[in-house]
Formats: sequence, C-alpha cells, structure tokens
Amino acid sequence: MSVLKWTYEVDGTDFTRAGEASSNLKKKLRALGIPAEVIRKVSIALYEGEINMVIHADGGVITIEMSPDRIDMILADHGKGIPDIEQAMQAGWSTAADEVRSLGFGAGMGLPNMKKNSDEMRIESTVGVGTTVYMTVYINGGPKKADA
Amino acid sequence: MTPIAFAEKNGLRVINVGCGQERSIEGAYCGDLLSMVMGRAKENDAFVTVMANVNTIAVAVLADVACVILCEGIHFDDMSLTRAEQQEVCVLESDEPAFAVALKLGKELGLC
Ligand SMILES: Nc1ncnc2c1ncn2[C@@H]1O[C@H](COP(=O)(O)OP(=O)(O)OP(=O)(O)O)[C@@H](O)[C@H]1O
Ligand SMILES: [Mg+2]
Repeated sequence: MSVLKWTYEVDGTDFTRAGEASSNLKKKLRALGIPAEVIRKVSIALYEGEINMVIHADGGVITIEMSPDRIDMILADHGKGIPDIEQAMQAGWSTAADEVRSLGFGAGMGLPNMKKNSDEMRIESTVGVGTTVYMTVYINGGPKKADA
Repeated sequence: MTPIAFAEKNGLRVINVGCGQERSIEGAYCGDLLSMVMGRAKENDAFVTVMANVNTIAVAVLADVACVILCEGIHFDDMSLTRAEQQEVCVLESDEPAFAVALKLGKELGLC
C-alpha cells in the first residue's frame, strides 16, 4: 500500500506566512483528485493547527501522511505547552495576546474547529516542553473493518 | 450570481477579479474573527468582513468562499492583494457597513 508523505516547517515568527502549509497541501490534494469535502476538512483543521503553532508556540514541524483511506496530520511544536487541554478545547477559551487578536485571531474556536473537521484527534502537551497534535481525516469512509 | 456581476449591479469596487467570473455566490457569512469564519462560512459564500490582512485571504482560500467583501471603505495592504492574486481570490470593496452589504446580498439571494 503506497503512502505519500510531506513535511512542512512552520515559521513561528511570521504571521504573514501562516496558512502556507495548509494552502500548499490543499493544492496537492486537489491535484490528486481527493474528494472536495475531504479537502475542505483537512484544510480547515490544518490551518487552525498551523496558526496555533505560530500564535501560541514558536512554530514547529507538520508531517502529513496520506494512504488510500486516510490522511494523518502531525503538528509538533516546542512552544509553551497547554496546561489544561480540556479547557483549551472549549469553544471561546483563548489566551491569545492583544496583538494577534487585532489580526482576527483569538475567538477560541480553532481547537473546536479542528475537532469538528477531523475524524480522530488527540493532543499531547507538556508545559514548557511543547505540544503535538495528531489529527486524521478519513477518505472514502475511512479504514474498512475486518478487511482481509 | 457571480461576485463580479454582484459588484457591478450594486456599485462595489472590484479589487481583484480572481475566480470572480467563474464562481457563483450561493450564500453569505459576515464576521471578523477568523476561526469563527473558518467554522461557519460555507463553500461559495460571500465572506463579508472588515478584517483586512493576509490571514483574511488565507481563510478565504481554505474555506473556499466565492469572494471576500471588505466593508467600511477599508483596504487590503499590498501583501494581501498579492496573495489574493496568486490564489485567485475574488476581492470586492464597499464603503458601506457590513449590514448594508449583507442586505444587498440578501436581496440578490432572494432571502429578503
Ligand atoms: N500549539 C499550542 N501551544 C500552546 N498553546 C496552545 C496551542 N494551541 C492552542 N493552545 C492554547 O489553547 C487555546 C485555545 O486554542 P484555540 O485555537 O481554540 O483558540 P485561539 O487560538 O486562542 O483562538 P482562535 O483559534 O479562535 O483564533 C489557546 O488560546 C492557547 O492557550
Ligand atoms: Mg487557534
């Protein structure tokens, strides 16, 4: 089974480049003929994660793996970490600084959007060490059970 | 109705044509908090906002809206416009508030 893999470095200092990884992946998925609703879910989930790596951490690395039935996204940063993941996941919770709020961020909707647009999502975070977000979006209904 | 046809009929300025002649406006969403827009705007919506920076363009691309309509006489900076050109995002401008633009969209869409 063939797996396609891409990596993106996310610059943690440049707001104007945030969204590049998601835009680039979107183009690739289109060229590969992935269904539009899958592309939309991946685009939204990845963009929100990418922005969080810039505004809440110092950037990091995104790894994308695509197999015939799923797209796996791993977003790893070495930022300040999330002390209470359950609280962070709540719609409206945000610690965004004023300077990024003035750019339109800080509604506290990023993580809820990621949850809503992915079929699987898991966050690992250690304060002072960093955060890794794992998200999966299924293609064509996802992995088949008992598929001999 | 295409974004360009909407602009011409309703006196909005066309700042970047992008895909504005190929797509059609099927709904609308007003908002300035970008992740709210990401979560709520639908494909082929007109995205009505006063938030004018490069991230507005990124959201327009990823949420796959039909166009961005910047209200209140606000303008995008050059970097945002360059990005809009590269990504073929249709950008319109109006001197009116978002509500007035929303009413016009509502009329065109047969919603009011
Ligand atoms: N990679 C990360 N590193 C550290 N903290 C994070 C990270 N991602 C999210 N957080 C924390 O979780 C909170 C909620 O994130 P979420 O994306 O939902 O909202 P936001 O980024 O604050 O605002 P929005 O996404 O609506 O612009 C953030 O305010 C921040 O405190
Ligand atoms: Mg966020």
